Amino acid sequence: MTDPLIRIEGIAKHYAARGKRTTVFENLHFSIERGEFVCLIGHSGCGKTTILNILSGLESASEGYVFVGGREISGPSLDRAVIFQSHALMPWMSVKGNIAFAVASRWPDWDREKVSAHCQRYIDLVNLTGSESKRPAELSGGMKQRVGIARALSIEPKMLLMDEPFSALDALTRGVLQEEVLRICAETQQTVFMITHDVDESILLADKIVLMTNGPYARIAEIVVNTLPRDRTQHDMHRHPHYYRIRNHLLDFLVDRSRAFAASAGASGQDPRNPPLISPGLEEDENVQERAAPRPVAPQALVAVV
Amino acid sequence: MKNMSYWGAPLLSTAVLLAFLAIWHAATRPDVRPEVVGDEYAKLVGGAAATGQKSTLPTPAEVGRTLWQHLSDPFYDKGPNDKGIGLQLLYSIARVVIGYVLAALVAIPVGFLIGMSPLVYRALDPFIQVLKPISPLAWMPLALFTLKDSAVSAIFVIFICSMWPMLINTAFGVAAVRREWLNVARTLEVGPLRKAFRVILPAAAPTIMTGMRISIGIAWLVIVAAEMLVGGTGIGYFVWNEWNNLSISNIISGILAIGFVGMLLDLALARLTRVVTFPE
Repeated sequence: MTDPLIRIEGIAKHYAARGKRTTVFENLHFSIERGEFVCLIGHSGCGKTTILNILSGLESASEGYVFVGGREISGPSLDRAVIFQSHALMPWMSVKGNIAFAVASRWPDWDREKVSAHCQRYIDLVNLTGSESKRPAELSGGMKQRVGIARALSIEPKMLLMDEPFSALDALTRGVLQEEVLRICAETQQTVFMITHDVDESILLADKIVLMTNGPYARIAEIVVNTLPRDRTQHDMHRHPHYYRIRNHLLDFLVDRSRAFAASAGASGQDPRNPPLISPGLEEDENVQERAAPRPVAPQALVAVV
Repeated sequence: MKNMSYWGAPLLSTAVLLAFLAIWHAATRPDVRPEVVGDEYAKLVGGAAATGQKSTLPTPAEVGRTLWQHLSDPFYDKGPNDKGIGLQLLYSIARVVIGYVLAALVAIPVGFLIGMSPLVYRALDPFIQVLKPISPLAWMPLALFTLKDSAVSAIFVIFICSMWPMLINTAFGVAAVRREWLNVARTLEVGPLRKAFRVILPAAAPTIMTGMRISIGIAWLVIVAAEMLVGGTGIGYFVWNEWNNLSISNIISGILAIGFVGMLLDLALARLTRVVTFPE
C-alpha cells in the first residue's frame, strides 16, 4: 500500500487565556489518499478552521505532525492551495491579475505571455471567460468564489484546501458551483480537503466524511465512507438507496451523538489513532434504525496511518 | 426639479458671494460729505485725510482692481521687494514640494517599517508622540542655527510638519492590511519585497494617500508663516511685506491667492487618492 498524500498524526491545539489552558482539539489522526475528496464536518467551535489552517501551514499545531508526501510541513507552501471562505481576492487587481499573481508566484521565471495563457486556461475552466478584466467589486459572490477556485487550481497544487467555500453563497449559486467543483475535481484528479457544515454538500462532493465531536477537547468520532457512485449529481443522488442512510447517519451524528460522543467513546476505549471507518450506505435499513453504536468496518485504508 | 438640484448649489454659492460683496461694499463705502476742515488743513494732510470719512479697509472694487493688476502681470521681477504674486507663489510652492517630497521619502518607508513590526512600533512610538505635537515653527530657530540658511530652514520646517500625518497614516494603513490578503501571499510563498509592493502597498495606498493629503494641507498652512519669519521670497513674505506697506488690497489679494493655491493642491491629492482607491 502506498503512503497517503497527507498524514496527520496526533495534532492538538491549545490556547492559553489568562493562565488557563483550553484545548480545542487533541489527538487527531487521519490521512488523505491521493485523488481523494475528504470533507470535515463538525459544529462550530470544534476547531475545523484551525485544522485547515494547520494543514495549509498558516497556523502551527501545539502538538503532533502533518506529513505531506512523507515530509513534515513547516509553513505555507504552493503545494497546498487554499480556497478561502471570504474568497480573499485582491480588490485592486482584475480577475486575471489575481490569478496571474498566483501563477507568477508559482513560476517566477515564466514570461508574460506564458502566464497569461496559463491564467486563461483556468478562467475558462471555471466559466469566467469574458470577465478577465473585471475587478472583484464588479463580480457577484459566486463569480468571486470562481476566481478563488481558479486561483487555487492555477498553481497546480498537490492538494486543495477549502474552508466552507460556498457558505456565503445563495442556494442556487451554491448548487451550480458544487457541480462545477465536482466536474473540475473529476477532470484534474485533484486531492481535496474541505470543511463544511452542510450535510448534502459533503455527500455530493466527498469520498470520505470525517466527523468531529464538539469542542473543547474535540476529536474524530468516525470516518464515513461515501458509497454513492462517483458520477452522482444533485438531481439524482437522492434516488440512490444509500443516500438517505448516509444522510440520516450524518444528521444523527450532528444532532445527538456529536455532543454525547466524548463520554461514550471514552467508555468504549476507542483508539484515537484508528477512528472507525464506517459505511452506513451499505447497512441494511433495519440495522440503521437499530444501531446503538457505530459498527467499525475493517480499517484497511487506515493501515498506513499506524 | 432635476435642473433645480443641479443648478441649486452654484446659484446659492453665487448668492452668498454677492451678499458678502454687498455687505463689504456697504461697510466700506466712501462716505463723501462736505469738507469738515479748512482748505489750508486739507493741503497740509492730503485729500483723503481731509474728507476724513473714507474707511481704511478697501472696497471690493478696489481689491478687484488690485487683483486684476496682479493677475494680468503675475511674474514680473523688479528687485527683492517687488515681485509678481505668481512668482511669489511659485517660490512657496517650490519650497512646499521639496520639503513634502523629502518628508514622503522618509515617512513612507519608516511608516512601512513601523506598520510591519510591532517591535519597531513600540520602540519609535514615544519619539513620535513627543515630536508630533511640536509646532513646526518652533523648529525654526534651531534650523536657522544649524543649517545657517534661511531657504533651507523653511524647507526643513515643511519637511518636519509634513512628516507626521504621512508617517502615522502609513503605519496605520500597513498594520491594518486585511489578514486574508496576507494569508493569500503566505500560501503563495510570495517573497517579502514582492509582498510589500504587490500586496501591502496597494492595500494601504488609500490610507497613505489620506495622510499625504492631510500633510499637503498642513505644509501649505505652515509655509506662509515660515516665510513671514524667514523673509526674502514667497507668498508669506509677500503678505507680510504688504502689511509693512499698509496695502490692505494687496494683503487681501495675497490671502485669496493662498486659499486658491491651497485648494488646487488639495484637489490634486484628492484626484491621486481616487486613482489608488479600490472598491471593495
